[in-house]
Amino acid sequence: MTVAGWIVFISAVTGMTGLLLWCIQKVVKTPNAEEHLHSPVDIDTHDQEQK
Amino acid sequence: MSSSPHKDSWNTRFGVILAVTGSAVGLGNFLRFPGQAVQNGGGLFMVPYLIAFLIVGIPLAWSEWALGRYGGQLGKNSAPGIFRVLLRRKSGSYVGMLGTVMPVLIYTYYVLLEGLCLYYAWHYLSGRIPALGNDTGEVTAFALNTLGYFENGHLFTPEGSELLLFVGFCFLLNFALIYRGLSRGIEKFCLYAMPLLVICAFLVLGRVLTLPPNPDTPDQNLINGLGFMWNPVQEEGGSIFQTLSSPKVWVAATGQIFFSLSVGFGLILTYSSYLKKDDDVALSSLTSVAGNGFCEVVLGGMIAIPAAFIFLGPVFLSDPGNTGTFSLGFMTLPNVFNQMPAGGFFGFLFFFLLFLAAVTSSLSMLQPAIALLEEGLGITRKPSVAILGFVTFTGAFFVAFFSKGTNALDTIDFWMANFFIFIFATVQTLIFGWWIGKDKGYEALSAGAEVRVPKGIMHVIRYVSPTFLLIIFFFWCRDELPKEIHRMTNVAPGEPPVALISVGFIFMVIAFFAFVIARANRRWQEPEQETTS
Repeated sequence: MTVAGWIVFISAVTGMTGLLLWCIQKVVKTPNAEEHLHSPVDIDTHDQEQK
Repeated sequence: MSSSPHKDSWNTRFGVILAVTGSAVGLGNFLRFPGQAVQNGGGLFMVPYLIAFLIVGIPLAWSEWALGRYGGQLGKNSAPGIFRVLLRRKSGSYVGMLGTVMPVLIYTYYVLLEGLCLYYAWHYLSGRIPALGNDTGEVTAFALNTLGYFENGHLFTPEGSELLLFVGFCFLLNFALIYRGLSRGIEKFCLYAMPLLVICAFLVLGRVLTLPPNPDTPDQNLINGLGFMWNPVQEEGGSIFQTLSSPKVWVAATGQIFFSLSVGFGLILTYSSYLKKDDDVALSSLTSVAGNGFCEVVLGGMIAIPAAFIFLGPVFLSDPGNTGTFSLGFMTLPNVFNQMPAGGFFGFLFFFLLFLAAVTSSLSMLQPAIALLEEGLGITRKPSVAILGFVTFTGAFFVAFFSKGTNALDTIDFWMANFFIFIFATVQTLIFGWWIGKDKGYEALSAGAEVRVPKGIMHVIRYVSPTFLLIIFFFWCRDELPKEIHRMTNVAPGEPPVALISVGFIFMVIAFFAFVIARANRRWQEPEQETTS
């Protein structure tokens, strides 16, 4: 692995990990994060059957 | 939003993080990304990738989430409904049609790949794939035969039909989950699938990182394998600048961002339309994007290529035919697992994690059409699921039958996941940036935001992202359209014109959804007229 390869590899891995860790600490520090943050898998689509 | 079982079950922030980060992960992270990087300059690929991530990925994810929630506040959940109320005209619903048609058509072949992942996972357990050993020809023939690559209708013959059992299982699983409804179906599934997927990925990564060098050729070791993936490689006889100025590299990087972030399809648009006005979209989407990036760059970038390098070497991997998404996943990697200590177990883990990632992605492809059928035709979930089941079953049958050369699959993939995705993504960005406008758009994005959204993002969404997308689209059309048209129109004597029939099928699906939208428009018009009068 060349020096340039190491630089790219370490930058990419630390950059992506850093961004994820920054987001995670934001989620952890957000009051009532469970109520405000969402992903497609936990969004209730108000199914008509349930009305 | 009502409290959901997912949150009741996890009831922790960890559950939120896992759900948000895991939701974007799919086949593209583990198979497509490493192949694209190796074929497009190795480490150099990260330059356009990073730029596309920043000026297309994040802005597009933010605008799609905000646009969906904005449309949801106006009472619509399907892409056609949202675009109708946003553009305040009937024709707007036809602009949004792609946000329903694309996921449905992509689903028709995605479910086949999903079944293939499960088939491989199963046959790693049964010992059939490990028994193929490290004979490249055997492993390749097994993959192509399984998919019916050599003959149309092969999957419907007694010797070729085993895959269909797995595809049928996936099809039923998807529809059973979607029929139960998102909160009771998908969420319960993802509650277990997401952590399992991440655990599987880390176990496989752990195995790859502890692999000893190849005893026959000690140069084929982990560090050199990482180097093969991450060393910047310029074109032969050219400079780094020449490689970076190649449109092909930029098109590949932008395409990868689309695929892996699931933006530009209309999926996020539908999901975020169900959010409340004060729900966060900025941190949710950023965490999802970051989680996806982590799985792609860190996990995806350290598993497939370094492992394949140790066992198969640089010459084998230098052939682009061995690092395409399908070939890397179903021909190259099985060969690698078959040579690895405890490879049967790790092969099973890898394909099982691909299966889980594929299920969570395919489930989300069905919801946009369900939303349109429900709100457009005023029918309940049962008939909506039945109608969509019929449409997607017909499509999946079509793709499975015309399996020779993966012709039908490639054609639908080309038009839906390459051509129309660029158009729809650009339209979404333009509508958010220019129709909703700078101030209202920023307001829509930052309402309820748990992170400070930089004001300059609206300039990026208005000017930079659409310009970048249009330039990339221009080069992509210039390079790829003639090749595709040539492929479609050059049919071997005696062969059916499968590519042209596939385009005909695409038009049939478009016509079906245009009919549904026309009916929906009549239905939506009545309350609007009442309001006006």
